[in-house]
Amino acid sequence: MRKYISFFRIRFVNGLQYRSAAYAGIVTQFAWGFMTLLMFWAFYKSDMKSFPMTFEQLSSYIWLQQAFLSLFMAWLFENEIFAAITSGNIAYELCRPINVYNMWFIRNVASRLSKVVLRSIPILVVGAFLPSPFGISLPVNWVTAIFFIISLTIGFLVLVAFNMLIYISAFYTVSPIGIRILSVSLVELFAGAVIPIPFLPNGIKVIFELLPFASMQNAPFLIYIGNSDYKNAIFSILLQIFWLVSLIIIGKFLMKKALRKVVVQGG
Amino acid sequence: MKLYFRYCSIILRSQMQYKSSFFMTVIGQFLISFSMFVGIYFMFQRFNRVEGFSYSEVLLCFAIVLTSFSIAECFVRGFDTFSGTVSNGEFDRIMVRPRNEIFQVLCSKIEFTRIGRFLQAVIIFFYAIPASQVLWTFDKIATLIFMIVGGVCLFSGLFIIYASLCFFTTEGLEFINIFTDGGREFGKYPLSIYGEGVLKFFTFVIPFALVQYYPLTYLIGRTSIKLYILSPLFGVLFLIPCYILWRFGLRHYKSTGS
Amino acid sequence: MIELQNVCKTFKVTRRNAGFLEAVRAMFHKKCDYIKALDNVSFKINEGEMVGYIGPNGAGKSSTIKIMCGILSPKSGLCTINGLIPWKDRIRHVRDIGVVFGQRSQLWWDVPVVDSFELLRDIYKIEETTYKSNLNKLSTLLDIETIIKTPVRQLSLGQRMRCEIAASLLHNPKILFLDEPTIGLDAVSKIAVRNFITNINREEKTTVILTTHDMQDIEALTKRIILIGKGKILLDGDLGTLKKQYTEQKKITVEYAEGTLSLCDGLTLLESIHGRAIIALDTNKISVSNAIAELSRNLEVLDISVAGTTAEEIVVSLYKEYQI
Repeated sequence: MRKYISFFRIRFVNGLQYRSAAYAGIVTQFAWGFMTLLMFWAFYKSDMKSFPMTFEQLSSYIWLQQAFLSLFMAWLFENEIFAAITSGNIAYELCRPINVYNMWFIRNVASRLSKVVLRSIPILVVGAFLPSPFGISLPVNWVTAIFFIISLTIGFLVLVAFNMLIYISAFYTVSPIGIRILSVSLVELFAGAVIPIPFLPNGIKVIFELLPFASMQNAPFLIYIGNSDYKNAIFSILLQIFWLVSLIIIGKFLMKKALRKVVVQGG
Repeated sequence: MKLYFRYCSIILRSQMQYKSSFFMTVIGQFLISFSMFVGIYFMFQRFNRVEGFSYSEVLLCFAIVLTSFSIAECFVRGFDTFSGTVSNGEFDRIMVRPRNEIFQVLCSKIEFTRIGRFLQAVIIFFYAIPASQVLWTFDKIATLIFMIVGGVCLFSGLFIIYASLCFFTTEGLEFINIFTDGGREFGKYPLSIYGEGVLKFFTFVIPFALVQYYPLTYLIGRTSIKLYILSPLFGVLFLIPCYILWRFGLRHYKSTGS
Repeated sequence: MIELQNVCKTFKVTRRNAGFLEAVRAMFHKKCDYIKALDNVSFKINEGEMVGYIGPNGAGKSSTIKIMCGILSPKSGLCTINGLIPWKDRIRHVRDIGVVFGQRSQLWWDVPVVDSFELLRDIYKIEETTYKSNLNKLSTLLDIETIIKTPVRQLSLGQRMRCEIAASLLHNPKILFLDEPTIGLDAVSKIAVRNFITNINREEKTTVILTTHDMQDIEALTKRIILIGKGKILLDGDLGTLKKQYTEQKKITVEYAEGTLSLCDGLTLLESIHGRAIIALDTNKISVSNAIAELSRNLEVLDISVAGTTAEEIVVSLYKEYQI
């Protein structure tokens, strides 16, 4: 267990170094959130009744989305992992006494966490001071806040577990670029990154909510803005746990099969 | 020029070596822009109009911007990925060849996979052009073509600005994405919906509105100011300051090395 | 004809310490170091010469090469190559030079080599007949006829290097810059490349400037070496003359069964393990025959060999002498 902690720490501290990139990222995310809110504001003005939530809630959602973007953005991959698989260097990793799945999982977690730590705080702080209804509002009460933090953590892990499947798919294809782009487009759409899931028409909304993608960023954000009562919040969290466990089990199984093939064929 | 086509052929053959990857990327590109379309679709399922623009009018706008962006991304990608070219020494190799540097950078990367996005735009055109009830007279068609050309020049200019800045530093330049990817992302709606401030910025600082919004209003018949037919040409003029910045950056590179 | 006069080049390097506070401070106040990469570098190279340009890492070799290629402009000083100023007349100048970077390929990775050649033909606007005859000649001389239809990624390093060299000569350049051309090659390929370069220098009178750390390359190819260290030209002369200066020192390797090593004046023991000794011999103090006689007196000599100093050793002692 200790080796995982130290491995995490190394990766995390390493990620904190990239400050100018973080600075540029913050500026970009501000612009993005700003423009997205303006877009929604135009729609809101045209037809307030059709809005599935208050505008304050939407603002909180959008700013949360930007602040925690590093946790949930689908197109962030550790390219070294892909390179190791395609070049065959993965064989060296197998020589070490560690579980490859766990190692890669922690690596992704550390990398994303280091990015989010650098970028989320400025966005959250400024977002809090923006004039209403464009700013981010505090959670409704303590219970909501706690549910939010739990859901955020699990949702984050669900995304990483899903990304693990993409890495593992590289074992089965010659070049992983295609699968990567496919997964990015799917995740972005189904996770509510394109438009928040409550904006979808009712029939489709139900289907989306059951997919693992809604359990990533959509669930915690909805809990935060108070869009669901406690019963729904608990249900969401349970669904997230279900997807997390399932994805990890599937991932580990596929990984084991792939690694066995590597050992037999020699990369 | 013949040399350019030779580059196209060698790059295409190079990319087609990885057929499955190529096609999956094309499909992926298509899907990404498809999900952008889906976003618009679902929004309009709920709301009927936004700032007076109807669903088909917005789709027309989206298709035009997407076409411009995908063409620019396909052929001017060499500038978009310039930070890598400078840092791994490939630009030095370019400088040792007896051809114009801009030409060589253009030839260094031609991403045919962007045709995925382009196809999405074409499909949307198929729907939007009849549905928008525009009377397609000669001047309207000219406006459309100018909008696309102006858009290609505008995005290319932004790529060139990014590349020129890479001569000075390779860190922290991601903010340019606000204008390139942002332009594609937020340009799918007519710029007026974002408010006065944004519209003014994109009229006077980066002439995106002159390429998208104003000619669009002429196209769909909201205004009849004939001058708007020509406003996309400001997108072409935009290339001039970008070129100046490039030469400035190139001179800096020559005096400081890498 | 290459001529450099008092070429100077300084680089500004920002110094930044680690830590978040330092990063913030660096945003407001940049601390810079000025590094003199080239300090009054001057030399002349005539047409048809083959020159080895050597020096430790960071000495200024690549800066000089970049200036001669036209990629970099110096702070002060003159550089004319065949009447042109490289960085001012870039396109015209570059048409007549060929560059081989040992570690970076100029060929397209996924397509057959000959496709890259054809692209180069169009870039350099080579006449079709000239191209065909050059291609034939280079393919034969470099022994790449069988591999030019294969994609570069499937070639071994030796094969790739030979294709690289061919690619850089398709347009009949007057000057060829070679940067570490034999790095990573096996012995056979190294010899093939060296033979080819000597050939092309002799037949086509191509001026060759070779930067390398491989002293065997230097020994095999060049007569003249220019040594640069810390931005200054320290030595510009004939390799043969240099060797003669150092031939006062010789090395005797002797294998013996029994006996004691008696070393008289002029003999210094360098190494001795289990009956094998390497002894330095100063020919000023004792002649070779006398040294051998002296050693044989007290040793049962099994084998004895005498070697002069290699280029490698000369360079090492040069570095030490100039403290670079």
